[in-house]
Amino acid sequence: MVDRSIENFECGHRACGGCGASSAVRMILKGAGQNTIVVSPTGCLEVFSTPYPETAWKTPWIHSLFENASAVASGIEASLKKQGRLEKEKILVIGGDGATVDIGTLCISGAFERGHDFTYVCYDNEAYMNTGIQRSGSTPYDADTTTSPAGACSTGNNRPKKDLPQILVAHGSPYVATATMAYPADLMKKVERAMNTPGPCYIQVHAPCCTGWGFDGSMTMEIGRMAVACGLWVNYEMIDEELASAKKVKRVPVDDYLKAQKRFRHLFKPTRNEAEIAKIQAIADANAKKYGIDIE
Amino acid sequence: MTLQIMEGSIAIAETVRLCRPQVISAYPITPQTHIVEGLASIVADGRLDAEYICVESEFSALSACIGASAAGSRVYSATTSQGLALMTEVVFNSAGMRLPIVMGIANRAISAPLSIWNDQQDSIMMRDSGWLQLYAEDNQEALDMHILAYKVCEDHDILLPAFVCFDGFILSHVYEPVDIPTQEQVDKFLGEFKPYQKLDVNDPISFGMYATPEYYLEFRYEHDAAVKRAADALRKYGKEFKDVFGRDYSELITTYKLDDAETAIVAMGSICGTVKDAIDEMRKDGKKVGLLSIRCFRPFPSTDIAKALSKVNTVVVLDKNVSLGAKGAVAIEVKEACYGSDVKIYDYILGLGGRDVRKKDIKAIVDLAEKGKGDMFYGLRQEVL
Repeated sequence: MVDRSIENFECGHRACGGCGASSAVRMILKGAGQNTIVVSPTGCLEVFSTPYPETAWKTPWIHSLFENASAVASGIEASLKKQGRLEKEKILVIGGDGATVDIGTLCISGAFERGHDFTYVCYDNEAYMNTGIQRSGSTPYDADTTTSPAGACSTGNNRPKKDLPQILVAHGSPYVATATMAYPADLMKKVERAMNTPGPCYIQVHAPCCTGWGFDGSMTMEIGRMAVACGLWVNYEMIDEELASAKKVKRVPVDDYLKAQKRFRHLFKPTRNEAEIAKIQAIADANAKKYGIDIE
Repeated sequence: MTLQIMEGSIAIAETVRLCRPQVISAYPITPQTHIVEGLASIVADGRLDAEYICVESEFSALSACIGASAAGSRVYSATTSQGLALMTEVVFNSAGMRLPIVMGIANRAISAPLSIWNDQQDSIMMRDSGWLQLYAEDNQEALDMHILAYKVCEDHDILLPAFVCFDGFILSHVYEPVDIPTQEQVDKFLGEFKPYQKLDVNDPISFGMYATPEYYLEFRYEHDAAVKRAADALRKYGKEFKDVFGRDYSELITTYKLDDAETAIVAMGSICGTVKDAIDEMRKDGKKVGLLSIRCFRPFPSTDIAKALSKVNTVVVLDKNVSLGAKGAVAIEVKEACYGSDVKIYDYILGLGGRDVRKKDIKAIVDLAEKGKGDMFYGLRQEVL
């Protein structure tokens, strides 16, 4: 059972009002339990939570570099094992999508292949937000970012999201899941499950970014729920490489989700870009088919 | 003391075993491989109770050392050349995090062009990283310096990582008689690793926070001060080392026939052995030549060097590295150390990428210095230029 009274992420940190990642982290730490050592790569979370000499972390926490969190976690795990501390203490990486899907992939692949006992949670806000909303490998198709700008010759990011969860399933991870901060109970339960599964586990958490995506900070939860409702985000679990659960929905078209965010406004103004919106709808349709989420 | 004839890398692996690291994390690269293979066998045979992490890159090798050290374990890694270059970001980061990691460097040239052979460009390129840098003349020094490095690094007044540098192939693959200390000796000298701080759920702290302009300068000042303090710590523990093991490491430089010398040769690493033989022969010919060997490049023992060179007329610096567009790194610092003195200092870039340096080369270089010719690459094959 998740102990919801745990508050290991202190308020007063420097995140934007309405930050999806900071809400996600608070819930992730509830799911992780009291005896958790956290590793964070460089990114929004690291910067807004630890401006020296202040820290928001009430649990042991370490940051080394942008791309090496899972290698640092490997070393912590080896050390705890040798000290006989691994029975009691658990290791959790919490990093953004840039650190996870792009620059840290080699270290993650190595750590998962070696089978270290730790959980890696990626808060996926779908771009490099800390440096000013640049495109990452996790940026969705057609999103306008500062390095994939929409323009006369561009409809924004021209590639779909890299599917890191499935890449880690292919590594033989015993538990891979997706979640969103917009469904807190589901998120906390999945983190608890991962932390109590021996071996390297992975959870990718949809974490809307009001600053980078262009919506009002009061709408973060709503945006998160809209992503699930249209099928552009699917909450599922893979246990021992088999699909174990997927949240079913009565799907709505992608339009409302896209219209609610400035990063997609070029698809609607000055005129509605039917061809591009159809491509995004096709991504949602493919997700729905792959994970069987449609309620008939 | 019983001398055994062993390959340098195996002697180092056996010595690391005696230091009892709890976590070893390394990635294979020539000419470091025999060390990590040796340690893997030692762990597999149950002769050392350690976790051996076969990482997927040097970048992760040192990153895992950061995690293990921060969690409270004594750790070890070894690398060279391209591996060290790949680690660059982690090298600077681990030093800034003030973690007492010891890493062996089997010195090797840097690509391009690719070369697996010896020079010292790799560790020299890390001179500004805030790691201590020790340079071994022979295999005995290479293994002794590993023990000494742990002692200095883990001192709570120092808390720094250290490279123990030994020339690739020339030392790493050469069989020499060495005294492998006993476990009792090493245990007595080192004791158990007592981390200053560690990741611990019973006492949560944050490691590796970011610093605003209000704090960053002070972090760097304190780091620099610790590297400088390490000079006295090396002298102190180097003296204690003699009490336990019988070999003296209380000086950051050593000299050979320097007292009455008119010309001093300054060098680091295995080349010093060749230089000593050349000096013996030159002395027979009536040339008053001596050697100053730099054992510790970081912290740089400027005062010791200036004092040792105060009576000579000419200084010959042998650099197995080059700061392209300037001079060899050792010469640059020796010149700085001797600023204001009348001594003539000439730099010779030599032995890069494994080019042999023999006694006749040392003699030829001294001849060049006597003629006032220096600050040059030595031994260039004009026919391929």
